[in-house]
Amino acid sequence: MTVTSVHKDPEALTMTVHASFGAPIERVWQLWDDPRQLERWWGPPVYPATVAHHELRAGGTMSYFMTGPQGDQPHGWWRVLEVDAPKRLVFLNGFGDANGEPDPAMPTMTFRVELSAGTDGATSMTVEIEFPSLEAMTQVMSMGMEEGFTLAMSQIDAMLEEGATH
Amino acid sequence: MAGVSLSTSLHWFAHDRRPDPSTHYVEHLLTQAKDQGRSVTADGHFTCNVNPNSLTYNHMVVDIRETNGADQVFHALADGTRRDIVRRTLECEHSVSALADLYPMSFAAVQKHVAVLERAQLVSKRPHGREQLVRANVHTIREAFELLERLEALWRGRIDRMDEILQHDQEKGGTP
Repeated sequence: MTVTSVHKDPEALTMTVHASFGAPIERVWQLWDDPRQLERWWGPPVYPATVAHHELRAGGTMSYFMTGPQGDQPHGWWRVLEVDAPKRLVFLNGFGDANGEPDPAMPTMTFRVELSAGTDGATSMTVEIEFPSLEAMTQVMSMGMEEGFTLAMSQIDAMLEEGATH
Repeated sequence: MAGVSLSTSLHWFAHDRRPDPSTHYVEHLLTQAKDQGRSVTADGHFTCNVNPNSLTYNHMVVDIRETNGADQVFHALADGTRRDIVRRTLECEHSVSALADLYPMSFAAVQKHVAVLERAQLVSKRPHGREQLVRANVHTIREAFELLERLEALWRGRIDRMDEILQHDQEKGGTP
C-alpha cells in the first residue's frame, strides 16, 4: 500500500512529503538519477518537463524547462549539494530566466530527499522542501498556479476521499 | 499498487483539535456548527446562540491570491494565540474581552492579536453595545488553505506519476 502524507508548516517554512513505493530502493533512485525518467514525473501533464542538463554529483547542476499549453517555457535549475546514492539527495531548486540562466529575482528552495529500503522490497521516500522566507513560499505557490500546477479542488477532494476509505 | 492513499496534516492550524483528515477543516467546522444548531449566515459567518440578535454584515470577499495579502495572512496564522482566536471565532462570535479572559495576557495584548488578524482580514469586528464582537472570516481562511494546497497538489501529482512509472515496470515484467 502506498501511503502518502503531506505536512505543511508555515512556521518552519517547510513542506514535507512522505511516500512509499512498491519497488526496490535502487529502482526509486533511478526516478531522480535518470533524466529521461525524471522528466516523466517532474512536470505536470499540461507542463511536461525537458531535462537539458543533468549532473547528479555534489557541485553538479541540472537544468530543465517545461512547455505549457500556450507554448510558454518556464525554466528551472538544480544545484546539487549532496549525493549519497541511492539514499540521499540534497539540492537547491530555483527558477531560470528566458535563457535558462538562474534568475536571482526568484526564490530558491532547498530540497532534501531521503530514500530508505523496507523489509518487504518497498521503499519509503521523504522529500522536505524548505523555503528561504514566507514571501518566497507564497511567491513559489502563486507561480505554481501560473505554471499550471493547480489540480482542480474537486480532484484533491476526490483523492482525500479515496484516502479516507482505506 | 493502484491508487495512492492520502492523509493530510493541518496540525499548525489547530493544535488541540485535529481535523478529520478526509475533510477540509473549514468544511468540518461548518458542518459541526450546523449540527449544533448554530446558524450560518449567507456570507459564511456563524451567529451564536448567546447572541441571537446578531446582525449579518456584508464583507468584501477578497481573493488573497490576487493581492499581496497572502504573506500577511500566513504571518497572522504563524502564532498559536492568533490561530486559537481564529478557531474560536470561527465557531462563534466572541467579544474582545471574552477572548482576553481566555489567555494569560493583558486585554491590550489580546487586542493587538485581534488587530493583526483583522489587518489580514482573517477576522472582522463589529460594535455591539459597548463591546466589539470578533468573528472569523471564513472566506479568507479558505483562501489561505487553498494556497497551501496548491503546492501539496503539485507533489501529490508528482508522487502519482512516480508510482505510475514504477507500475509500468511491473506490467512490462521487470525493471529496465
